[in-house]
Amino acid sequence: MASTGGTRPPRRSPMRVWPLVRVALGNGQLVVGAILLLVVLLIAVFAESLAPRAYDAMDLTNRLRAPGPGMLLGTDQFGRDTLSRIIYGSRIALRVGLIVVVIEGVLGVSLGLLAGYYGGLADRMISFLTDITWALPPIVLALAIVTVLGPGLNNVMIAIALVSWAGYARLIRSKAQGLKNMPFVEAARALGESDLSIMFRYILPNTFGLIVVVASLSLPGAILSTTALSFLGLGSQPPAPDWGVILSEGIRFLYDAPFLSIFPGLALVWTVLGFTLLGEGLRDILDPRMKA
Amino acid sequence: MKVMAAPPETAILQVDDLSVCFETSRGSVQAVSGVSFAMAKGEVYALVGESGCGKSTTALAVMRLVPPPGRIRRGHIRLGDEDLLALSDEAMADVRGRRLAMIFQNPLVSLNPVYRAGSQIEEAISLDSVPRPVAWRRAIEVLGRVRIGDPAERALRYPHELSGGMRQRVMTGMMISRTPDLLIADEPTTALDVTIQARILDLLMDLCSHSGMALLIITHDLGIVAEIADRVGVMYAGSLVEQAPVYELYEDPLHPYTRMLMRALPRLGKGQGRLETIPGSVPDLIALPAGCAFHPRCPERLAICASQTPVSRVVGGGRTVACHRGEVDR
Amino acid sequence: MLEYVARRLAMGVLTVLAVTVVLFLIMQLMPGDPIRLIADPDRIPPHQIEALRRQWGLDRPAHIQFIYWLVNIVRGDFGRSIVTGQEVRVLIATRMPFTLMLAVPALLLHYTLAVPLGLLAAIRSGSRLDRAIIVTTSALRTIPGFWLAILLMLVFAINLRWFPISGYQGPRSLVLPVLTLTLPMLGGTVRLTRAEVLETIREPFVLTAYAKGLTHNAVRLKHVLRNALIPVTVMFFLALPWLVGGSVIIENIFAWPGMGRLLWTAITNQDLPVVQGIIVIIAVLTVGANTIGDVISGMLDPRIRIELEEGR
Ligand SMILES: Nc1ncnc2c1ncn2[C@@H]1O[C@H](COP(=O)(O)OP(=O)(O)OP(=O)(O)O)[C@@H](O)[C@H]1O
Ligand code: SF4
Ligand SMILES: [Mg+2]
Repeated sequence: MASTGGTRPPRRSPMRVWPLVRVALGNGQLVVGAILLLVVLLIAVFAESLAPRAYDAMDLTNRLRAPGPGMLLGTDQFGRDTLSRIIYGSRIALRVGLIVVVIEGVLGVSLGLLAGYYGGLADRMISFLTDITWALPPIVLALAIVTVLGPGLNNVMIAIALVSWAGYARLIRSKAQGLKNMPFVEAARALGESDLSIMFRYILPNTFGLIVVVASLSLPGAILSTTALSFLGLGSQPPAPDWGVILSEGIRFLYDAPFLSIFPGLALVWTVLGFTLLGEGLRDILDPRMKA
Repeated sequence: MKVMAAPPETAILQVDDLSVCFETSRGSVQAVSGVSFAMAKGEVYALVGESGCGKSTTALAVMRLVPPPGRIRRGHIRLGDEDLLALSDEAMADVRGRRLAMIFQNPLVSLNPVYRAGSQIEEAISLDSVPRPVAWRRAIEVLGRVRIGDPAERALRYPHELSGGMRQRVMTGMMISRTPDLLIADEPTTALDVTIQARILDLLMDLCSHSGMALLIITHDLGIVAEIADRVGVMYAGSLVEQAPVYELYEDPLHPYTRMLMRALPRLGKGQGRLETIPGSVPDLIALPAGCAFHPRCPERLAICASQTPVSRVVGGGRTVACHRGEVDR
Repeated sequence: MLEYVARRLAMGVLTVLAVTVVLFLIMQLMPGDPIRLIADPDRIPPHQIEALRRQWGLDRPAHIQFIYWLVNIVRGDFGRSIVTGQEVRVLIATRMPFTLMLAVPALLLHYTLAVPLGLLAAIRSGSRLDRAIIVTTSALRTIPGFWLAILLMLVFAINLRWFPISGYQGPRSLVLPVLTLTLPMLGGTVRLTRAEVLETIREPFVLTAYAKGLTHNAVRLKHVLRNALIPVTVMFFLALPWLVGGSVIIENIFAWPGMGRLLWTAITNQDLPVVQGIIVIIAVLTVGANTIGDVISGMLDPRIRIELEEGR
């Protein structure tokens, strides 16, 4: 490996991190998004200490209580504390978002690299897959996949990832097409590096900026879609404190306990807004050309 | 001081003390400062000068098409007996195309990609309340006049299906289709290759001599100037520093900047003489030097030059110059 | 152009075919014997089960089953619901109008709001009005549709009692679901319109249009809008399938008797023929809309037409 040292792709030196941080702090969207998310993250991490009660602790004497002292956001039909459930729900939301993005990212990036690097048949097969994926509205395709896999949060996460990898693949593909003829890649090839090694050790590191931008832009959508499927009863199952589950249970008591339908939604919007602002801020900094 | 190079009764265009600036975040860019000139009917007047000296902006101001954040700050522009800056938007739109037209600097992107070449000319012609079929027939005639072969077929082509020279001719045709009194051509040949350049220039000259149209041509190319212009105006940093009939200007340039331009020309008046770079740099139009804008680069500057702005003077034979040295020497 | 349309159509048919193949393969991969969805093997004697198997064609090899299935689909026969025994095509035909009843008005409302807003933002670009339009419509995007539905129900159905809370009870029932479908996606179209108009205004050919003597309004209409709205028009066609997809969630909340609710019921009941039928229909709709979008963009922009006719 020492022999390839000279052909290594140019890496960002640590020196350049500071200016980036300064730019980041100057980007209002990014700062606000980061603050919103920091709050969610802290709540998720310290859920045990923050939540007044366990998310599944029932209290049948206090059912459907309106918000008030002792139960800040009210209770549901089993007397469970809504605040506690929403607090624990933040863990599910964050985990879901990250897992979905990792799965779809790995899928999309690998396929995009293959398509862009090899071209030809591999490229055509992968773009055919993309065409099929895009032949259905994402939510419908996800529903079809859930039909096959069966309901459950894990299956829903897989389904959402399977419908949204194509965006990554398309972007990485064109980036890889551009990079594969760069001198440092040619040099690596001349030195006998294997295709796999070139793809993952030379081309991939140069697409990190793009990947970060795409991933953070698709995070809010991932959370929204999984929550929506949980709301439909296909994802997390009760008594999980998934915000979608809380909302779908709450909608049955819209007349008597509207607060059950309001607060989980606010938590969801808060989180999604945080990720959206963060994503758009990152895009402006890392890849301004992507701006619509 | 007013400059009246062409007698007022025959002047088709008269620009007086024109100033245009662009309000940018860095400050106010003084693109045109106090430019005055006049053109006679059928005259070919060339504006020359280094890139960024304000030639296009002057032309756009005459069209009243200076793009934002630009703004005409001062001055008068008369076309015939009409005061253009006093006209309403509608009245100005009516003047454009009919009495005053302009071919823009980049012919390759100056046609709308979604309309056929013929339709774009037809659109201009039908502004004179000509019924559409007639307008279309005339559009084809116009294409023939700008020497496009097989005009009936070419009229049906979209811009991207035509070559660069062809597009430039379509543009020219569109702008002369309503026989304006004055045509402005902003570097009409820069993007084209040499043989096509020559044909376009030929065409423009023909139009002038046959229809009495006046032509304001903007160019970097002193070779072209020598070939086609009657008179020349030299611009520097937003000001018109010298104007003269073309022969006099080449024989006896008065302004030090003009002299440098001429020296930078390898073979005067011959072939493709282009403006060579001149030592020193073009001044920042946001913070123009005090006094004569040229003084930091001027080899002949006097003490007064750094503090007092020279005023344009008539020096006989339809010539004007803005330089302190002339005031002292002559 | 005709040849181009034909080729686009052929591509579309191929894609739909591919979708159905994939769909069929996926369904084959389902764990368990499909017959158990039709009949409970513990209660029905084996010879009857065999008869059922033959009746449903489940005794044949997979590729034969697929060909039968495909031929039937092409003939418009999606089979029968396992749960109710009704013909799938009848089920879809009775539900589809309700879905379109939401999707089409939503699409029209979306564009009649978004295009003028985008235009206004572009004409006043940089102003406070511009920022207000962009920020509000973008903020709507972060509100999940199903929560927006709940909020609209709370405010307009429960508190104000202006509209029925759910179900189909005449035209007034349309208002809340249509709003729910319309509002979240507004931001995208507003931004697209605004960006396209701003970009087009800067094009040199706009100056040319002024130079030849056109008035402000003529230039704006015939040169700026005409060019800027090409991508916006194409998006119009691409959006319809999205709305149909989005209706799955919306129809459930509003207990709306459309295809989305049918799909959800079928999924929870593992009613495969119904699921397959709906998905094939939506795939046809999506690919059809994409094809129309392509053809329209070719009709509106000769550059794209050439590119499409020569490329691929
Ligand atoms: N939209 C604008 N915003 C800010 N400044 C501008 C704008 N357009 C022109 N300018 C400035 O005005 C000055 C004159 O520009 P103009 O285009 O008239 O020059 P020119 O003489 O035509 O140059 P060229 O030979 O390159 O065409 C330049 O310095 C330019 O920087
Ligand atoms: S005024 Fe002075 S500085 Fe300006 S050109 Fe004349 S001599 Fe040179
Ligand atoms: Mg210019």
